[in-house]
Amino acid sequence: MGDLGALMDGFATALQPIYLLYALVGVTLGTAVGVLPGIGPAMTVALLLPLTYTLEPTAAFIMFAGIYYGAMYGGSTTSILLNTPGESASMISALEGNAMAKAGRGAAALATAALGSFVAGTLATAALSLLAPTIAELAVQLGPQDYVALMVLAFLTVSAMLGSSPVRGVAALALGLFIGLIGTDTLTAQQRYTFGISALADGIDVVVVAVGIFAVGETLYVASRMRRGPIPLVPIGGSWMTRQDWRRSWPAWLRGTAIGFPIGTIPAGGADVSTFLSYSAERRLSKHKKDFGHGAIEGVAGPEAANNAAAAGVLVPLLTLGLPTSATAAIIIAAFQSYGIRPGPLLFESEAALVWALIASLYIGNVLLLVLNLPLVGIWVRLLQIPRPYLYAGILTFAALGSYSIGASRIDLILLFLLGLMGWLMRRFGYPVAPAVVGLILGPIAEEQLRRTLQISQGDLTALVSTPFSVTVYVAIVGLLALGLWLQRREAASEAELARQLGTPGGPA
Amino acid sequence: MTVVIAFVPKPAGWAALSAGIEEAQRRGEPVHVVNVSRGDQLVDPGYASPEELQELRSRLELSGLGFTLDHHVGEDTAAEAVVEAAHTVDASVIVIGIRHRSATGKFLFGSDAQRILLAAPCPVLAVKAAGDD
Repeated sequence: MGDLGALMDGFATALQPIYLLYALVGVTLGTAVGVLPGIGPAMTVALLLPLTYTLEPTAAFIMFAGIYYGAMYGGSTTSILLNTPGESASMISALEGNAMAKAGRGAAALATAALGSFVAGTLATAALSLLAPTIAELAVQLGPQDYVALMVLAFLTVSAMLGSSPVRGVAALALGLFIGLIGTDTLTAQQRYTFGISALADGIDVVVVAVGIFAVGETLYVASRMRRGPIPLVPIGGSWMTRQDWRRSWPAWLRGTAIGFPIGTIPAGGADVSTFLSYSAERRLSKHKKDFGHGAIEGVAGPEAANNAAAAGVLVPLLTLGLPTSATAAIIIAAFQSYGIRPGPLLFESEAALVWALIASLYIGNVLLLVLNLPLVGIWVRLLQIPRPYLYAGILTFAALGSYSIGASRIDLILLFLLGLMGWLMRRFGYPVAPAVVGLILGPIAEEQLRRTLQISQGDLTALVSTPFSVTVYVAIVGLLALGLWLQRREAASEAELARQLGTPGGPA
Repeated sequence: MTVVIAFVPKPAGWAALSAGIEEAQRRGEPVHVVNVSRGDQLVDPGYASPEELQELRSRLELSGLGFTLDHHVGEDTAAEAVVEAAHTVDASVIVIGIRHRSATGKFLFGSDAQRILLAAPCPVLAVKAAGDD
């Protein structure tokens, strides 16, 4: 098989010491931001986007992929020992994991989370390596109208799924589309919304927007929330996984993988939804139902496997169609764009070496993460002692430095903090920021494809639905929206049920 | 007059507690124990957990001394809170626990002990945990 050979070439690249080093930096950073509540992989990758101007693409993407995977590992540590999820996809692990830790079984909970993440991450990466080239091959035949359909799919699903309400999501999307319009029109060379400011003629750099909204906005938001007293840390206690723990864990890992990977590939809210689904599946199937709520190991093993599998699933539409289904994926698209690489079906042909090195690095990253997380938990936990003001000041400095380094322009800095303020306001009033970034990044591409379609058809709008694929996609949008809303309802229902059962909500969000 | 004990739930802190209790018995004075956090860290190992607080209370009750306990999350740093308390309760002596610090630690972080020493309105008794020398 040609793909296998390509994957082996990918390993040959990714195993070079310099790339191993970048992978190590990535997974270390990823684990760190996963451990720290309030700082997620999207923000971290956004902060590192300015590096794409100096680093070569392979190194940058290996690092970004490491951050993405690492955050999923790190998040479980905080959930289990602190009952506060380090990132949103580990919320559910806080329930059973923290109960296990309090019962003196912390070591086993951490072990099953790390091993489950490893098993699921590796299996899902294997699925990705098999599935992605096939999808890409099919996708190469798509015409411009098919792309328009796919973009509409991405816009609608991301707006509807990634927020507290679809209307807010669409509003955020519109904001992103508008920011994407600023600059010089590529077809007619007309200036749009530049207000005569020459610095805006080239548009606002995607990196500045991403850093502004994700890093500055997020930091302002987290810092603005009321401070709480220190949370008692449950000491890591108990023996490692017993034989019974293994027996109860491995089916949960496999089920979590089977649930997480498909959920990740469709735009339905990303990894969080998959953890809830996996948790409720485990609770229904378990022979130890009475353990749930008091530290059932399946309740940690399943969701932790699911969120890592979903993380790999997200990469399928990202690499084959250029469609982001999560906030981090949107930022990774921005990184591709800043290298002048257009993610999409042609990626596997034009950038084969890069893509396969990236996929190979995911396998390697999983091994590195297992090594980093199992024995070094104690070190990660100490990160939680960093006084928060230091952390936020550091992030803001780094954000400003990064944005300034792109073009050495003061206007970029002013824009950065204006966008940061906007990001903070959006979060403050419950508007999701991911649709804004997706709109900003995909908007210009969608516009170009739409106008190309209409030019070919000479303004005939029916051209938009002239291929079977585009019709299928529009039908699928309806189906996906229904499925996504159903999944969300299920998530909300199981959340409410859990809150009722435990008497307390599952940790502060 | 009161003996002020700066307490942290670490070996040096427990040593300070024992030394403070002894000192108070010698002077025939009550003790005032301070354990505060600024709440800016998610996990603050210097802030006593309910279990540690329980242990602290039982040690104090066992000593038979009159005692007051200041355990809260506030704006002040630990050093500021201790010096502040020394002023308000008119301390005769402040008891603190000290420990070895690495070169990196000294470079990166300030020392609460030093701040207390320089700002204290009364003598300061510094003790080390057993075995830390």
